[in-house]
Amino acid sequence: MIKVKNLTKKFGEFTAVDDISFNVEKAEIFGFLGPNGAGKSTTIKMLTTLLHPTSGEIEVNGINPLHHQDKVRESFGIVFQDPSLDEELTAFENMNFHAVLYKVPADVRKTRIEELLNFVELWEKKDEFVKNYSGGMKRRLEIARGFLHHPKIIFLDEPTLGLDPQTRNYMWNYINDLNKKEQTTVFFTTHYMEEADRVADRIAIIDHGKIVASGTPEQLKAQTGKDNLEDAFLELTGRKIREEEASGIDRMRMHSKMWRRRR
Amino acid sequence: MSTIYILWLRQIKRYLRSRSRIIGSLGQPILFLVALGFGFGPIFQKAGQGNYIEFLAPGIIAMSILFTAIFSGVEMIWDRQFGFLKETLVAPVSRLNIMIGRVFGGATAAVFQGIIVLLISFIAGFRINSVLLILFSIIFMILISLLFTALGTAIASMLEDFQGFQLIMSFLVMPLFFLSGALFPLTGLPEAMKIVAAVDPLSYGVDGLRFALTGSSHFGVGIDFVVLILITFLLLVAGSFLFSRIEV
Repeated sequence: MIKVKNLTKKFGEFTAVDDISFNVEKAEIFGFLGPNGAGKSTTIKMLTTLLHPTSGEIEVNGINPLHHQDKVRESFGIVFQDPSLDEELTAFENMNFHAVLYKVPADVRKTRIEELLNFVELWEKKDEFVKNYSGGMKRRLEIARGFLHHPKIIFLDEPTLGLDPQTRNYMWNYINDLNKKEQTTVFFTTHYMEEADRVADRIAIIDHGKIVASGTPEQLKAQTGKDNLEDAFLELTGRKIREEEASGIDRMRMHSKMWRRRR
Repeated sequence: MSTIYILWLRQIKRYLRSRSRIIGSLGQPILFLVALGFGFGPIFQKAGQGNYIEFLAPGIIAMSILFTAIFSGVEMIWDRQFGFLKETLVAPVSRLNIMIGRVFGGATAAVFQGIIVLLISFIAGFRINSVLLILFSIIFMILISLLFTALGTAIASMLEDFQGFQLIMSFLVMPLFFLSGALFPLTGLPEAMKIVAAVDPLSYGVDGLRFALTGSSHFGVGIDFVVLILITFLLLVAGSFLFSRIEV
Protein backbone atom coordinates (compact mmCIF):
# COMPACT_ATOMS: atom_id res chain seq x y z
CA MET A 1 0.00 0.00 0.00
CA ILE A 2 2.88 2.32 0.83
CA LYS A 3 6.29 1.77 -0.73
CA VAL A 4 9.25 3.92 0.22
CA LYS A 5 12.68 3.45 -1.34
CA ASN A 6 15.86 5.39 -0.49
CA LEU A 7 13.83 8.39 0.60
CA THR A 8 15.87 11.43 1.64
CA LYS A 9 14.88 14.94 2.68
CA LYS A 10 17.38 17.70 3.37
CA PHE A 11 16.61 21.16 4.75
CA GLY A 12 19.75 23.01 3.75
CA GLU A 13 22.59 21.33 5.59
CA PHE A 14 20.32 19.36 7.86
CA THR A 15 19.29 15.87 6.74
CA ALA A 16 15.88 15.22 8.30
CA VAL A 17 15.26 11.90 6.57
CA ASP A 18 18.29 9.92 5.50
CA ASP A 19 17.89 7.21 2.86
CA ILE A 20 15.02 5.23 4.38
CA SER A 21 13.16 2.33 2.78
CA PHE A 22 10.09 0.44 4.01
CA ASN A 23 6.82 -1.08 2.85
CA VAL A 24 3.37 -1.06 4.41
CA GLU A 25 0.94 -3.75 3.31
CA LYS A 26 -2.76 -3.29 2.69
CA ALA A 27 -4.93 -3.37 5.84
CA GLU A 28 -1.85 -3.26 8.04
CA ILE A 29 -1.58 -1.10 11.16
CA PHE A 30 1.93 0.30 10.93
CA GLY A 31 3.61 2.13 13.78
CA PHE A 32 6.31 4.64 12.91
CA LEU A 33 8.21 5.39 16.10
CA GLY A 34 11.13 7.57 16.99
CA PRO A 35 12.33 10.26 19.39
CA ASN A 36 11.47 13.91 18.77
CA GLY A 37 13.06 15.32 15.67
CA ALA A 38 13.83 11.87 14.26
CA GLY A 39 12.11 12.59 10.96
CA LYS A 40 8.64 11.09 11.50
CA SER A 41 6.56 14.12 10.56
CA THR A 42 8.82 14.97 7.64
CA THR A 43 8.29 11.47 6.28
CA ILE A 44 4.52 11.79 6.67
CA LYS A 45 4.57 15.14 4.91
CA MET A 46 6.40 13.63 1.97
CA LEU A 47 3.95 10.72 1.80
CA THR A 48 1.00 13.14 1.86
CA THR A 49 2.21 15.52 -0.88
CA LEU A 50 3.02 18.38 1.49
CA LEU A 51 6.76 18.20 0.93
CA HIS A 52 8.93 17.28 -2.01
CA PRO A 53 11.60 14.68 -1.23
CA THR A 54 15.19 15.57 -2.01
CA SER A 55 15.63 12.11 -3.52
CA GLY A 56 14.14 8.63 -3.43
CA GLU A 57 10.94 6.96 -4.54
CA ILE A 58 7.49 6.87 -2.98
CA GLU A 59 4.37 5.00 -3.92
CA VAL A 60 1.09 5.45 -2.06
CA ASN A 61 -1.81 3.23 -3.08
CA GLY A 62 0.14 2.35 -6.22
CA ILE A 63 0.44 6.02 -7.20
CA ASN A 64 3.51 8.23 -7.23
CA PRO A 65 2.60 11.30 -5.13
CA LEU A 66 5.19 13.39 -6.96
CA HIS A 67 3.50 13.06 -10.32
CA HIS A 68 -0.16 12.53 -9.47
CA GLN A 69 -0.76 14.68 -6.43
CA ASP A 70 -4.53 15.03 -6.79
CA LYS A 71 -4.98 11.33 -7.39
CA VAL A 72 -2.96 10.25 -4.38
CA ARG A 73 -4.78 12.75 -2.16
CA GLU A 74 -8.01 10.92 -2.85
CA SER A 75 -6.69 7.76 -1.25
CA PHE A 76 -5.65 8.98 2.19
CA GLY A 77 -6.84 10.87 5.23
CA ILE A 78 -4.61 12.50 7.83
CA VAL A 79 -4.69 13.73 11.39
CA PHE A 80 -1.88 16.23 11.79
CA GLN A 81 0.41 16.50 14.76
CA ASP A 82 -0.04 20.27 15.09
CA PRO A 83 -3.28 22.25 14.85
CA SER A 84 -4.99 22.57 11.49
CA LEU A 85 -8.43 23.93 12.39
CA ASP A 86 -10.02 27.19 11.31
CA GLU A 87 -10.43 29.01 14.60
CA GLU A 88 -12.87 31.54 13.18
CA LEU A 89 -15.35 28.82 12.28
CA THR A 90 -17.47 26.71 14.59
CA ALA A 91 -16.74 23.05 15.19
CA PHE A 92 -19.65 22.07 12.99
CA GLU A 93 -18.48 24.35 10.20
CA ASN A 94 -14.99 22.86 10.39
CA MET A 95 -16.46 19.39 10.08
CA ASN A 96 -18.76 20.40 7.24
CA PHE A 97 -15.92 22.09 5.38
CA HIS A 98 -13.92 18.89 5.58
CA ALA A 99 -16.88 16.74 4.54
CA VAL A 100 -17.45 18.83 1.42
CA LEU A 101 -13.78 18.83 0.44
CA TYR A 102 -13.58 15.07 0.90
CA LYS A 103 -16.81 14.50 -1.01
CA VAL A 104 -18.68 12.80 1.81
CA PRO A 105 -22.15 12.27 0.25
CA ALA A 106 -24.61 14.94 1.34
CA ASP A 107 -27.12 12.44 2.74
CA VAL A 108 -24.67 10.88 5.21
CA ARG A 109 -22.80 14.10 5.97
CA LYS A 110 -24.96 15.35 8.81
CA THR A 111 -25.43 11.98 10.52
CA ARG A 112 -21.74 11.19 10.40
CA ILE A 113 -20.77 14.60 11.74
CA GLU A 114 -23.23 14.15 14.58
CA GLU A 115 -22.02 10.64 15.29
CA LEU A 116 -18.36 11.69 15.39
CA LEU A 117 -18.90 14.86 17.38
CA ASN A 118 -20.84 12.80 19.88
CA PHE A 119 -17.98 10.33 19.98
CA VAL A 120 -15.54 13.06 21.03
CA GLU A 121 -18.24 14.64 23.22
CA LEU A 122 -18.34 17.94 21.38
CA TRP A 123 -21.83 17.75 19.86
CA GLU A 124 -23.23 20.04 22.55
CA LYS A 125 -20.60 22.65 21.68
CA LYS A 126 -20.79 22.23 17.93
CA ASP A 127 -21.85 25.84 17.33
CA GLU A 128 -19.10 27.38 19.38
CA PHE A 129 -16.13 28.98 17.66
CA VAL A 130 -13.05 26.81 17.73
CA LYS A 131 -11.00 29.72 19.06
CA ASN A 132 -12.93 29.37 22.32
CA TYR A 133 -12.06 25.68 22.64
CA SER A 134 -9.44 24.35 25.03
CA GLY A 135 -6.39 22.55 23.67
CA GLY A 136 -7.83 19.13 24.43
CA MET A 137 -11.14 19.95 22.77
CA LYS A 138 -9.37 21.10 19.62
CA ARG A 139 -7.41 17.88 19.54
CA ARG A 140 -10.60 15.83 19.86
CA LEU A 141 -12.19 17.82 17.06
CA GLU A 142 -9.22 17.10 14.81
CA ILE A 143 -9.53 13.38 15.50
CA ALA A 144 -13.24 13.44 14.74
CA ARG A 145 -12.58 15.33 11.54
CA GLY A 146 -9.93 12.81 10.46
CA PHE A 147 -12.50 10.01 10.52
CA LEU A 148 -15.21 11.92 8.71
CA HIS A 149 -14.43 10.29 5.41
CA HIS A 150 -13.26 6.72 5.13
CA PRO A 151 -10.04 6.67 3.13
CA LYS A 152 -7.99 3.65 2.04
CA ILE A 153 -5.04 4.85 4.07
CA ILE A 154 -5.12 6.94 7.19
CA PHE A 155 -2.09 8.80 8.52
CA LEU A 156 -2.15 9.63 12.21
CA ASP A 157 0.70 11.84 13.41
CA GLU A 158 0.71 11.50 17.20
CA PRO A 159 -3.07 11.35 17.27
CA THR A 160 -3.39 10.59 20.97
CA LEU A 161 -1.19 13.42 22.24
CA GLY A 162 -3.11 15.17 25.01
CA LEU A 163 -6.13 12.86 24.92
CA ASP A 164 -7.55 11.30 28.05
CA PRO A 165 -7.49 7.47 28.28
CA GLN A 166 -11.21 7.22 27.53
CA THR A 167 -11.01 9.10 24.26
CA ARG A 168 -7.79 7.36 23.37
CA ASN A 169 -9.34 3.98 23.94
CA TYR A 170 -12.44 4.89 21.98
CA MET A 171 -10.30 6.21 19.15
CA TRP A 172 -8.28 3.02 18.81
CA ASN A 173 -11.43 0.92 18.88
CA TYR A 174 -12.79 3.04 16.08
CA ILE A 175 -9.58 2.62 14.09
CA ASN A 176 -9.47 -1.13 14.67
CA ASP A 177 -13.03 -1.36 13.50
CA LEU A 178 -12.31 0.65 10.36
CA ASN A 179 -9.26 -1.50 9.76
CA LYS A 180 -11.26 -4.75 10.00
CA LYS A 181 -14.42 -3.64 8.20
CA GLU A 182 -13.03 -1.48 5.42
CA GLN A 183 -9.51 -2.87 5.19
CA THR A 184 -8.13 0.59 5.98
CA THR A 185 -4.36 0.81 6.13
CA VAL A 186 -3.21 2.74 9.18
CA PHE A 187 0.12 4.57 9.42
CA PHE A 188 0.64 6.18 12.80
CA THR A 189 3.27 7.75 15.03
CA THR A 190 3.15 7.93 18.80
CA HIS A 191 5.31 8.41 21.85
CA TYR A 192 3.29 5.91 23.89
CA MET A 193 5.15 2.63 23.45
CA GLU A 194 2.53 0.63 25.26
CA GLU A 195 -0.03 1.92 22.77
CA ALA A 196 2.17 0.99 19.81
CA ASP A 197 2.76 -2.45 21.28
CA ARG A 198 -0.96 -3.04 21.64
CA VAL A 199 -2.26 -1.83 18.28
CA ALA A 200 0.55 -2.08 15.72
CA ASP A 201 0.93 -5.09 13.45
CA ARG A 202 4.37 -3.93 12.51
CA ILE A 203 6.70 -1.16 13.68
CA ALA A 204 9.62 0.75 12.23
CA ILE A 205 11.86 2.78 14.52
CA ILE A 206 13.50 5.86 13.06
CA ASP A 207 16.29 7.83 14.69
CA HIS A 208 18.39 10.69 13.30
CA GLY A 209 16.59 10.23 9.99
CA LYS A 210 17.51 6.56 9.63
CA ILE A 211 15.44 3.45 10.26
CA VAL A 212 17.28 1.59 13.01
CA ALA A 213 14.95 -1.41 13.36
CA SER A 214 11.69 -2.80 12.05
CA GLY A 215 9.43 -5.79 12.60
CA THR A 216 6.52 -6.90 14.74
CA PRO A 217 6.55 -5.69 18.35
CA GLU A 218 7.53 -9.24 19.37
CA GLN A 219 10.44 -9.32 16.96
CA LEU A 220 11.73 -5.99 18.27
CA LYS A 221 11.52 -7.19 21.86
CA ALA A 222 13.25 -10.45 20.95
CA GLN A 223 15.91 -8.63 18.96
CA THR A 224 16.86 -6.46 21.93
CA GLY A 225 16.22 -9.09 24.58
CA LYS A 226 13.75 -6.85 26.48
CA ASP A 227 10.31 -7.79 27.69
CA ASN A 228 8.51 -4.57 26.81
CA LEU A 229 8.58 -2.23 23.83
CA GLU A 230 9.60 0.82 25.84
CA ASP A 231 12.83 -0.81 26.91
CA ALA A 232 13.41 -2.15 23.43
CA PHE A 233 12.90 1.37 22.05
CA LEU A 234 15.34 2.88 24.54
CA GLU A 235 17.85 0.17 23.77
CA LEU A 236 17.64 0.99 20.06
CA THR A 237 17.61 4.78 20.26
CA GLY A 238 19.63 5.41 23.40
CA ARG A 239 18.67 7.21 26.58
CA LYS A 240 19.87 10.65 25.60
CA ILE A 241 17.12 13.26 25.72
CA ARG A 242 16.70 15.05 22.42
CA GLU A 243 17.08 18.75 21.86
CA GLU A 244 13.51 19.15 20.84
CA GLU A 245 11.21 19.24 23.85
CA ALA A 246 8.05 17.19 23.91
CA SER A 247 5.62 20.04 24.55
CA GLY A 248 3.37 21.13 21.75
CA ILE A 249 4.34 24.79 21.92
CA ASP A 250 8.02 24.02 21.66
CA ARG A 251 7.35 21.77 18.77
CA MET A 252 5.51 24.57 17.01
CA ARG A 253 8.36 26.95 17.66
CA MET A 254 10.79 24.42 16.32
CA HIS A 255 8.53 24.04 13.34
CA SER A 256 8.44 27.72 12.56
CA LYS A 257 12.20 27.90 12.93
CA MET A 258 12.53 25.13 10.41
CA TRP A 259 10.33 27.11 8.03
CA ARG A 260 12.44 30.17 8.25
CA ARG A 261 15.63 28.23 7.83
CA ARG A 262 14.35 26.48 4.77
CA ARG A 263 13.92 29.48 2.52
CA MET B 1 -17.96 23.29 -7.89
CA SER B 2 -18.66 22.35 -4.29
CA THR B 3 -15.00 22.98 -3.47
CA ILE B 4 -15.16 26.49 -4.87
CA TYR B 5 -18.43 27.11 -3.07
CA ILE B 6 -17.28 25.93 0.37
CA LEU B 7 -14.07 27.97 0.17
CA TRP B 8 -16.03 30.98 -1.01
CA LEU B 9 -18.46 30.52 1.87
CA ARG B 10 -15.63 30.28 4.37
CA GLN B 11 -14.09 33.57 3.20
CA ILE B 12 -17.49 35.28 3.39
CA LYS B 13 -18.14 33.97 6.89
CA ARG B 14 -14.75 35.10 8.07
CA TYR B 15 -15.29 38.53 6.54
CA LEU B 16 -18.74 39.05 8.02
CA ARG B 17 -17.58 37.89 11.44
CA SER B 18 -14.71 40.34 11.60
CA ARG B 19 -16.89 43.37 12.30
CA SER B 20 -14.03 45.38 13.70
CA ARG B 21 -12.10 44.84 10.51
CA ILE B 22 -15.01 46.02 8.35
CA ILE B 23 -15.53 49.13 10.42
CA GLY B 24 -11.81 49.75 10.79
CA SER B 25 -11.24 49.59 7.07
CA LEU B 26 -13.90 52.25 6.51
CA GLY B 27 -11.96 54.84 8.50
CA GLN B 28 -9.36 55.45 5.85
CA PRO B 29 -11.74 56.03 2.90
CA ILE B 30 -13.85 58.39 5.00
CA LEU B 31 -10.76 60.35 6.03
CA PHE B 32 -9.56 60.57 2.43
CA LEU B 33 -12.97 61.66 1.18
CA VAL B 34 -13.33 64.34 3.80
CA ALA B 35 -9.75 65.61 4.06
CA LEU B 36 -8.82 65.46 0.39
CA GLY B 37 -12.29 66.00 -0.99
CA PHE B 38 -13.02 69.15 0.96
CA GLY B 39 -9.38 70.17 1.31
CA PHE B 40 -8.47 70.17 -2.37
CA GLY B 41 -11.99 70.89 -3.60
CA PRO B 42 -11.59 74.68 -3.93
CA ILE B 43 -8.22 74.43 -5.75
CA PHE B 44 -9.58 71.79 -8.10
CA GLN B 45 -12.53 74.05 -8.85
CA LYS B 46 -10.28 77.08 -9.48
CA ALA B 47 -8.17 75.03 -11.87
CA GLY B 48 -11.29 74.56 -13.91
CA GLN B 49 -11.58 70.81 -13.29
CA GLY B 50 -15.04 70.90 -11.72
CA ASN B 51 -16.23 69.13 -8.59
CA TYR B 52 -13.39 67.29 -6.83
CA ILE B 53 -15.63 64.98 -4.79
CA GLU B 54 -17.12 63.78 -8.04
CA PHE B 55 -13.64 63.06 -9.35
CA LEU B 56 -12.31 61.62 -6.11
CA ALA B 57 -15.13 59.29 -5.00
CA PRO B 58 -14.50 56.56 -7.65
CA GLY B 59 -10.81 56.65 -6.74
CA ILE B 60 -11.54 56.19 -3.05
CA ILE B 61 -13.93 53.34 -3.81
CA ALA B 62 -11.18 51.69 -5.85
CA MET B 63 -8.74 52.27 -3.00
CA SER B 64 -10.91 50.51 -0.43
CA ILE B 65 -11.43 47.63 -2.83
CA LEU B 66 -7.68 47.43 -3.45
CA PHE B 67 -6.89 47.26 0.26
CA THR B 68 -9.61 44.75 1.11
CA ALA B 69 -8.77 42.54 -1.88
CA ILE B 70 -5.02 42.48 -1.27
CA PHE B 71 -5.60 41.79 2.40
CA SER B 72 -8.05 38.96 1.66
CA GLY B 73 -5.40 37.33 -0.47
CA VAL B 74 -2.56 37.90 1.94
CA GLU B 75 -4.76 36.58 4.75
CA MET B 76 -3.69 33.15 3.58
CA ILE B 77 -0.49 33.67 5.57
CA TRP B 78 -2.67 33.39 8.70
CA ASP B 79 -3.97 30.06 7.47
CA ARG B 80 -0.43 28.91 7.04
CA GLN B 81 0.56 30.01 10.53
CA PHE B 82 -2.54 28.55 12.17
CA GLY B 83 -2.06 25.32 10.26
CA PHE B 84 -5.38 25.42 8.46
CA LEU B 85 -3.69 25.69 5.08
CA LYS B 86 -2.45 22.09 5.44
CA GLU B 87 -6.01 20.90 5.84
CA THR B 88 -6.96 22.33 2.45
CA LEU B 89 -3.71 21.34 0.76
CA VAL B 90 -4.03 17.61 1.44
CA ALA B 91 -7.70 17.50 0.46
CA PRO B 92 -8.48 15.42 -2.63
CA VAL B 93 -9.50 18.40 -4.73
CA SER B 94 -7.52 20.34 -7.25
CA ARG B 95 -5.52 23.22 -5.89
CA LEU B 96 -6.78 25.33 -8.76
CA ASN B 97 -10.31 25.05 -7.38
CA ILE B 98 -9.12 25.85 -3.87
CA MET B 99 -7.37 28.94 -5.15
CA ILE B 100 -10.41 30.01 -7.21
CA GLY B 101 -12.75 29.54 -4.25
CA ARG B 102 -10.49 31.64 -2.05
CA VAL B 103 -10.18 34.37 -4.66
CA PHE B 104 -13.93 34.50 -5.30
CA GLY B 105 -14.60 34.70 -1.58
CA GLY B 106 -12.06 37.46 -0.98
CA ALA B 107 -13.26 39.34 -4.06
CA THR B 108 -16.88 39.18 -2.90
CA ALA B 109 -15.88 40.75 0.40
CA ALA B 110 -13.96 43.46 -1.46
CA VAL B 111 -16.94 44.26 -3.70
CA PHE B 112 -19.09 44.51 -0.60
CA GLN B 113 -16.60 46.93 0.90
CA GLY B 114 -16.63 48.97 -2.31
CA ILE B 115 -20.41 49.28 -2.21
CA ILE B 116 -20.32 50.47 1.40
CA VAL B 117 -17.79 53.17 0.48
CA LEU B 118 -19.92 54.18 -2.50
CA LEU B 119 -22.87 54.68 -0.16
CA ILE B 120 -20.69 56.67 2.23
CA SER B 121 -19.49 58.89 -0.60
CA PHE B 122 -23.12 59.84 -1.23
CA ILE B 123 -23.17 61.26 2.28
CA ALA B 124 -20.01 63.23 1.49
CA GLY B 125 -21.82 64.86 -1.43
CA PHE B 126 -21.09 62.55 -4.33
CA ARG B 127 -23.96 62.45 -6.85
CA ILE B 128 -24.69 60.19 -9.82
CA ASN B 129 -27.27 60.65 -12.57
CA SER B 130 -29.06 57.35 -12.23
CA VAL B 131 -29.30 54.56 -9.71
CA LEU B 132 -28.70 52.09 -12.54
CA LEU B 133 -25.12 53.38 -12.79
CA ILE B 134 -24.44 51.61 -9.51
CA LEU B 135 -25.03 48.28 -11.25
CA PHE B 136 -22.68 49.32 -14.06
CA SER B 137 -20.02 50.30 -11.54
CA ILE B 138 -20.34 46.95 -9.77
CA ILE B 139 -18.98 45.25 -12.89
CA PHE B 140 -15.77 47.21 -12.45
CA MET B 141 -15.75 46.64 -8.71
CA ILE B 142 -15.85 42.90 -9.39
CA LEU B 143 -12.96 43.11 -11.84
CA ILE B 144 -10.79 45.21 -9.51
CA SER B 145 -11.59 42.85 -6.63
CA LEU B 146 -10.73 39.70 -8.56
CA LEU B 147 -7.52 41.16 -9.89
CA PHE B 148 -6.11 42.23 -6.56
CA THR B 149 -7.34 39.24 -4.54
CA ALA B 150 -5.57 37.05 -7.08
CA LEU B 151 -2.47 39.23 -6.71
CA GLY B 152 -2.63 39.01 -2.90
CA THR B 153 -3.04 35.23 -3.02
CA ALA B 154 -0.12 34.89 -5.41
CA ILE B 155 2.06 36.95 -3.08
CA ALA B 156 0.91 35.03 -0.02
CA SER B 157 1.85 31.77 -1.73
CA MET B 158 5.46 32.91 -1.63
CA LEU B 159 5.51 34.29 1.92
CA GLU B 160 6.06 32.32 5.11
CA ASP B 161 4.99 34.93 7.65
CA PHE B 162 3.93 38.53 8.06
CA GLN B 163 7.46 39.90 8.12
CA GLY B 164 7.25 40.72 4.44
CA PHE B 165 3.85 42.32 4.77
CA GLN B 166 5.11 45.83 5.49
CA LEU B 167 7.28 45.57 2.41
CA ILE B 168 4.26 44.75 0.28
CA MET B 169 2.30 47.66 1.72
CA SER B 170 5.08 50.21 1.15
CA PHE B 171 6.40 49.06 -2.19
CA LEU B 172 3.38 47.56 -3.86
CA VAL B 173 0.00 48.53 -2.47
CA MET B 174 0.71 52.19 -1.71
CA PRO B 175 2.38 52.90 -5.08
CA LEU B 176 -0.44 51.05 -6.86
CA PHE B 177 -2.89 53.41 -5.20
CA PHE B 178 -1.05 56.74 -5.32
CA LEU B 179 0.13 56.37 -8.93
CA SER B 180 -3.20 55.22 -10.30
CA GLY B 181 -5.02 58.44 -10.99
CA ALA B 182 -7.34 57.84 -8.07
CA LEU B 183 -6.45 61.23 -6.60
CA PHE B 184 -5.49 63.35 -9.63
CA PRO B 185 -6.31 63.48 -13.36
CA LEU B 186 -3.84 61.64 -15.59
CA THR B 187 -3.95 64.31 -18.29
CA GLY B 188 -1.07 66.76 -18.42
CA LEU B 189 1.26 64.70 -16.23
CA PRO B 190 5.01 64.48 -16.86
CA GLU B 191 5.83 61.72 -19.35
CA ALA B 192 7.39 59.40 -16.74
CA MET B 193 4.35 59.60 -14.48
CA LYS B 194 2.13 58.85 -17.44
CA ILE B 195 4.04 55.68 -18.20
CA VAL B 196 3.94 54.58 -14.58
CA ALA B 197 0.21 55.18 -14.42
CA ALA B 198 -0.27 53.27 -17.65
CA VAL B 199 1.42 50.13 -16.26
CA ASP B 200 -0.45 50.36 -12.95
CA PRO B 201 -3.46 48.02 -13.31
CA LEU B 202 -5.41 50.01 -10.73
CA SER B 203 -5.39 53.00 -13.14
CA TYR B 204 -7.70 51.06 -15.42
CA GLY B 205 -9.87 50.04 -12.50
CA VAL B 206 -10.21 53.61 -11.28
CA ASP B 207 -10.81 54.83 -14.81
CA GLY B 208 -13.49 52.24 -15.53
CA LEU B 209 -15.19 52.93 -12.24
CA ARG B 210 -15.07 56.66 -12.87
CA PHE B 211 -16.60 56.18 -16.28
CA ALA B 212 -19.36 53.97 -14.89
CA LEU B 213 -20.28 56.46 -12.19
CA THR B 214 -19.59 59.87 -13.72
CA GLY B 215 -19.20 59.27 -17.46
CA SER B 216 -15.65 60.64 -17.78
CA SER B 217 -12.75 58.42 -18.77
CA HIS B 218 -9.05 58.77 -19.57
CA PHE B 219 -8.19 55.51 -21.35
CA GLY B 220 -11.64 54.67 -22.68
CA VAL B 221 -13.95 52.23 -20.99
CA GLY B 222 -13.36 49.47 -23.54
CA ILE B 223 -9.62 49.51 -22.93
CA ASP B 224 -10.20 49.56 -19.16
CA PHE B 225 -12.37 46.49 -19.42
CA VAL B 226 -10.03 44.49 -21.65
CA VAL B 227 -6.90 45.35 -19.65
CA LEU B 228 -8.53 44.41 -16.35
CA ILE B 229 -9.81 41.09 -17.72
CA LEU B 230 -6.42 40.21 -19.20
CA ILE B 231 -4.40 41.04 -16.10
CA THR B 232 -6.88 39.25 -13.84
CA PHE B 233 -6.58 36.17 -16.01
CA LEU B 234 -2.77 36.30 -15.99
CA LEU B 235 -2.68 36.74 -12.22
CA LEU B 236 -5.04 33.82 -11.70
CA VAL B 237 -2.80 31.61 -13.82
CA ALA B 238 0.36 32.80 -12.05
CA GLY B 239 -1.34 32.56 -8.66
CA SER B 240 -2.57 29.02 -9.17
CA PHE B 241 0.88 27.97 -10.32
CA LEU B 242 2.47 29.44 -7.18
CA PHE B 243 -0.33 28.05 -5.03
CA SER B 244 0.12 24.55 -6.43
CA ARG B 245 3.76 24.64 -5.39
CA ILE B 246 3.18 25.52 -1.73
CA GLU B 247 4.89 23.25 0.76
CA VAL B 248 4.18 23.35 4.47
